Amino acid sequence: MENVQIWTYVLVGITFSLYIGIAIWSRAGSTKEFYVAGGGVSPLANGMATAADWMSAASFISMAGLISFMGYDGAVYLMGWTGGYVLLALLLAPYLRKFGKFTVPDFIGERYYSKTARIVAVLCALLVSFTYVAGQMRGVGVVFSRFLEVDINTGVIIGMIIVLFYAVLGGMKGITYTQVAQYCVLIFAFMVPAIFISIQMTGNPIPQLGMGSKGTDGIYLLEKLNGLSTELGFAEYTQGSKSMIDVFAITAALMVGTAGLPHVIVRFFTVKRVKDARKSAGLALLFIAILYTTAPAIAVFARTNLINTVSGKAYSAMPIWFSNWEKTGLLQYNDKNGDGRINYSADAANNELFVDRDIMVLANPEIADLPPWVIALVAAGGLAAALSTAAGLLLVISSSVSHDLIKNVFNPKITDKQELLAARLSAVGAVCVAGYFGINPPGFVAAVVALAFGLAAASFFPAIILGIFYKKMNKEGAIAGMIVGISLMVFYMLKFKFGLFDGGKDAVAGLKSQWWFGISPEGFGTVAMLVNFAVSLVFNQFTAGVPEPVQQMVEKIRIPSGAGEATH
Amino acid sequence: MASKSKSNNARDYWRRNLRYLFVLLGIWFVISFGAGIIFRESLDSIQLGGFPLGFWFAQQGAIYVFVILIFVYVRLMNKLDQKHGFDQD
Repeated sequence: MENVQIWTYVLVGITFSLYIGIAIWSRAGSTKEFYVAGGGVSPLANGMATAADWMSAASFISMAGLISFMGYDGAVYLMGWTGGYVLLALLLAPYLRKFGKFTVPDFIGERYYSKTARIVAVLCALLVSFTYVAGQMRGVGVVFSRFLEVDINTGVIIGMIIVLFYAVLGGMKGITYTQVAQYCVLIFAFMVPAIFISIQMTGNPIPQLGMGSKGTDGIYLLEKLNGLSTELGFAEYTQGSKSMIDVFAITAALMVGTAGLPHVIVRFFTVKRVKDARKSAGLALLFIAILYTTAPAIAVFARTNLINTVSGKAYSAMPIWFSNWEKTGLLQYNDKNGDGRINYSADAANNELFVDRDIMVLANPEIADLPPWVIALVAAGGLAAALSTAAGLLLVISSSVSHDLIKNVFNPKITDKQELLAARLSAVGAVCVAGYFGINPPGFVAAVVALAFGLAAASFFPAIILGIFYKKMNKEGAIAGMIVGISLMVFYMLKFKFGLFDGGKDAVAGLKSQWWFGISPEGFGTVAMLVNFAVSLVFNQFTAGVPEPVQQMVEKIRIPSGAGEATH
Repeated sequence: MASKSKSNNARDYWRRNLRYLFVLLGIWFVISFGAGIIFRESLDSIQLGGFPLGFWFAQQGAIYVFVILIFVYVRLMNKLDQKHGFDQD
């Protein structure tokens, strides 16, 4: 164990100094550098940065674990969090790049020729980003507490200081190049254990193929896992247990939400030309797909390994990792029948093992008995994933405040230098708020993050799509759509996720039968998005037309040439 | 009538772009929501190595198709930009 700790300190130390080094080298000197990295990022670098920005603590730490407990249903995350890039590349990125400003509220404000629209967009951006960033800080805390054996709160504070350093100093420019480094760290850290375990279990070094191969006993791995799962009373692994409509709705909400997330969209403002925006969307998805096609393989390996290692075995014979994770509270054993054996079952009354989904990726290398440096690598990778996403979100929050609110609403006369200072100060404020949520976390990382997508789907996506593809869309419609969409989503979340109107958290499980159309809060973004579209179009029919200059602007953004650089 | 032909050119470009979007997003929908969700159970009766086919589409295949779709779009649009003279900065 000592060995693992030394490796962890060394690897985390090296990667952190790398990030700080990059931050010092790429300090931002103007608001343009702070908001969009000067607009000259290459498609390759932007692709990697987008991938790191995108793949959060949820993707790295939680997703494979969630899938390993969800089986087929895990497809909602796999397809939902990748399919959105097709929408982004085809429907949004090229046009928003051509539009060429700094933020999403910039687009909404100008396309809908209205300060109100801009303010509504800023509020939506803040709500989405804060929901999302809370999950990242929690991820940082989990990694620190387990691998460096510091208290979760200390872990969160260390993470805050690092992010503060390079986000405040470098703005988008600093973030972009640290994200490139973080992508390399995280993908390496994710793939190495996956390849090791795939070879161990199936002899095939490619996890994507290993998942569909035969195990050492000559039986297909998935077939064996189906058997093990039903034996313990769980659903068959390849079947899942969610209803089709819910799987459909969650997948759609995550896809559309992806395309509506401000911290992802803003990345496409940083490249030079429209064609670079398209290309970097493709590269980003390619880089993301490497992790996303590996995660379901890890899920299968980890689940099989876990059941084989613990189910029905004596507690006293458990390997060291078992007690290490017990200490964090993320793994709990309660010997209900007092026989000293671990009875793992789908039946809550007999089940004696509680496994937090978040540990499946983190503990996986230990469960598979991999060398200490691999285990340490996973810690560094988890931190890279959480920090890169947190930084991207913090930038959106700070630019929403300094650029959209201070510069464009309250004090248009502010100089570039003052605005840069305001941007830095709002970044500091945002880090502190994010840190607070990290120390007082709102539940499972991935579950909270999933809700941010519903909010983005319900607010931005329709307004941006209509803004580009429907010239006659007016401000009244767009504003009404955004307000109704996001309010409906917030209401549904509060009612069915937090049980706010029915006596709190404990009531949530009982409310399941009342879900509208049988759709869970995670999938409700799809419904709220459709309502947003409908409200926008109906309001549009009964209110004034769109001014001629705005229609001309829409025609202009549809044509890629003459993109120029992002300007005020 | 230079400006008239200019706006025709832009209109043709936009229409062609919409056609590409329609076809590519059609494939996107059929593979993910179709093969991965709606028709998953019937596809599962076919085995692809150790994978039931519907399950494979939902957890692997759809993602590969997404990547390919974007790169096809990038190629098509680069050509279309060139044809309409929109490839200059």
